[in-house]
Amino acid sequence: MHDLVQRRAEGLYCPAGRFYIDPWRPVATAVLTHGHGDHARTGMGRYHTSAAGLPILQWRLGQQDYRVHGYGEVFTLGDARVSLHPAGHVLGSAQVRIEADGQVWVVSGDYKRQPDPTCAPFEPVLCDTFITESTFGLPIYRWPDAAEVARDIVQWRDQCAVRGEAAILYCYALGKAQRLLAELKPFVDRPVYLHGAIAAGVEVYRRAGIDMADTRPVIDAADAVPAAATGFAGELVLAPPSAAGSAWLRRFRKAQQGFASGWMRLRGNRRRRNMDRGFVVSDHADWPGLLRTVRETGARRVIATHGDTHALVRTLAEAGVAAEALETQYGEDD
Amino acid sequence: MKRFAALYQELDRSTATLDKRAALVAYFRDAPPHDAAWALYLLAGGKISSARRKVAGTGELRAWVAAASDTAPWLVDASYDQVGDLAETLALLVPEPQRAAPERGLADWIEEVLLPVANRDEVERREVVVAAWRGLPFDERLVFNKMLTGSLRVGVSQRMVQQALAEMSGVPIARIAQRMLGTWTPSPDFLRDLLSEQDLPGDRQQPYPFFLASPLEAEPASLGAVDDWLVEWKWDGIRAQLIRRHGEVALWSRGEERLDGRFPEVEAAAAALGVDCVLDGELLAWGEDAAGPLPFSALQTRIQRLKPGPKWLAEAPVRMLAYDLLELGGTDLRELSQAERRRRLEALLQRHPDPRLCLSPLVRPASWQEAATLREASRERGVEGFMLKRARAPYQSGRRRGDWWKWKIDPLTIDAVLLYAQSGHGRRSTLYTDYTFGLWQGDALVPVAKAYSGLDDKEILQLDRWLRAHTRERYGPVRAVDPVQVFELGFEGVNLSKRHKSGVAVRFPRILRWRHDKPAEEADRLDTLKALAR
Repeated sequence: MHDLVQRRAEGLYCPAGRFYIDPWRPVATAVLTHGHGDHARTGMGRYHTSAAGLPILQWRLGQQDYRVHGYGEVFTLGDARVSLHPAGHVLGSAQVRIEADGQVWVVSGDYKRQPDPTCAPFEPVLCDTFITESTFGLPIYRWPDAAEVARDIVQWRDQCAVRGEAAILYCYALGKAQRLLAELKPFVDRPVYLHGAIAAGVEVYRRAGIDMADTRPVIDAADAVPAAATGFAGELVLAPPSAAGSAWLRRFRKAQQGFASGWMRLRGNRRRRNMDRGFVVSDHADWPGLLRTVRETGARRVIATHGDTHALVRTLAEAGVAAEALETQYGEDD
Repeated sequence: MKRFAALYQELDRSTATLDKRAALVAYFRDAPPHDAAWALYLLAGGKISSARRKVAGTGELRAWVAAASDTAPWLVDASYDQVGDLAETLALLVPEPQRAAPERGLADWIEEVLLPVANRDEVERREVVVAAWRGLPFDERLVFNKMLTGSLRVGVSQRMVQQALAEMSGVPIARIAQRMLGTWTPSPDFLRDLLSEQDLPGDRQQPYPFFLASPLEAEPASLGAVDDWLVEWKWDGIRAQLIRRHGEVALWSRGEERLDGRFPEVEAAAAALGVDCVLDGELLAWGEDAAGPLPFSALQTRIQRLKPGPKWLAEAPVRMLAYDLLELGGTDLRELSQAERRRRLEALLQRHPDPRLCLSPLVRPASWQEAATLREASRERGVEGFMLKRARAPYQSGRRRGDWWKWKIDPLTIDAVLLYAQSGHGRRSTLYTDYTFGLWQGDALVPVAKAYSGLDDKEILQLDRWLRAHTRERYGPVRAVDPVQVFELGFEGVNLSKRHKSGVAVRFPRILRWRHDKPAEEADRLDTLKALAR
């Protein structure tokens, strides 16, 4: 039996269907799992995407030759029957199921098992071989309930308010920011302020009908945004990680900085970034989530791609699953 | 425990000194005295579990957590490699309790739960620790583990704790610092005495907090006239306070350890003085009638020996070179000027000439220029450069900039090849920041030095990425990397050593710069380093 998916210089390749999954170099046919920069790149001849993921690709990649598919809908590429299934990572994120030569392979892309009000929940797909991410592939990574974390964030904002400080929360502009806004909605009594790089993504999500907390742009004109007059003291501000240490911060007279990411599970990561607070919210599967998912796919062979693959591969091997690691160019941002 | 965990969290989160101090003040003001005494003990670096009072060893903790969390032992180790902090690793691996156990105060945890099982069978100790893990939520579990593994590492200096106590009680910080020196038992009584405004009998038994010099980074001419300064050689020995009170002698190292018994020749000289005093100076190994000290490695053979026999006393005789007089005949002299204290010190020691307890001589350069010239000969003299002390300054406590400077000679340097890397601790726990370097011997690279510092954050990240991609082998937390990166290392000295595989031991190695321009073949040879050894 040959491998349905192989690693080539351009990316993960399916010879039976003559297409690539999330390629990192230009190819004729690409099937994308989601819109993050390390998975969705320009320069492909044709893009296959989930319907829910289309607006994100249009925002990030502009006008392209898109082929849109509903979750679970089977389409044919070469000799392969292909379908996309929810991965629960960000809006429109998908796992790719490939059936050819009597085998079924699933490429997970990035995924998580925690509930997320901004996207369809992960759906386990039975398969022979499962190619899984393992960004957080160690048992120290176990995620707390996101609603609890949202409550902590609001509590932090209120502590900042007492001290006359703005609460600047860094988070990735696509996915994490919107999920936070959705989780925060039940707990906030006033708008959350957004850095420009985040506002665009929030707009895409709003148009897709996702319910999120009320937001306002960070604008300095005090007549348009009253909070600007006080340097946004006591307000929660979402900004991309790239804004940390930039001139953009100068408008906040006094501020605390927090970071929302699965990496914040470790104090060392928070301190290295010089953050006052770390909030553990991840769009990737935690350790129990990885193990549970492998189990639910029924796969007899597992290939771990990006992240700390070593521990996951060894743990699966000790449990009797044929497991190996595969080098890719996907990042570990969260 | 909740209160102490909350304090720990506040200290851990805050990067501002003022906020930390405020959190400490609030804690010591509000906490029950019994808890506060133990908190002080822990913040000051005190340990619950030690060799003599074993509650849990680090190896045991790893094994216990593996069993308690159903995690393979190798996976516990892999987790620890990533986290870099054992206490935190343990806290992360144990599942969150379904229901929190009833609250217990910090002192209760220590005195009622942990200490009673100290030195008992492993089974008993494990039961107590695992039961605690099962009942404590994450924040408290973390602090609990920090107590077991020994150090809080929360960015709070001894001085900051003392400042908080001084602010809260109104007792001068110098007195608090003095009362906290040495060994003490954490109890409400100790805390009461510590913050007492009265003179206490115990105050007379303690050494004074050491005044520490800062490295001189500017040109010495910026310090003003050379006449305003006392210039001394900077010795490479053990800084110590020699206390003679009521005829009894005690010797304290600057690490606040009592050295009594280790250096009987110095104690004998002090006993012979005939007058009570407190001297600040340097312990050095120094052969009889020799012009200069023996290398630090000779002194090192003496440090560990509680009661050195005649062989050691003859092979590495130790003397104290005194450079300050802090107390004479029961009177605290620290507020006097440096020059006046020096004058009294000279008068005292001239009355009692004894090579085992003698003056650290003054160098009297006519100008800074002459001083700079003299300083060039430091290495031949076996010293590290100069100490500069402002003539009119009092004896202060801790590292206060301005009146005491160490003006050290430029370090020796070698170009060495990076061989191994290991992850760091604290802020750098998720990065590989502890490096081992080697030099050429024939066509092999021999490890000669470990260095932890000297790169900036950007370089650390860059090197971290590089070495993850160029790992040859992993031994637990250590990675052997392709031997291609060259670094210029600085160090203070090098001694021949039988204990080191390379045959040499370097003192205070650190990275000066990353030699991107240099191929590994052009790194230095081991012989070059050996030629520098004393």
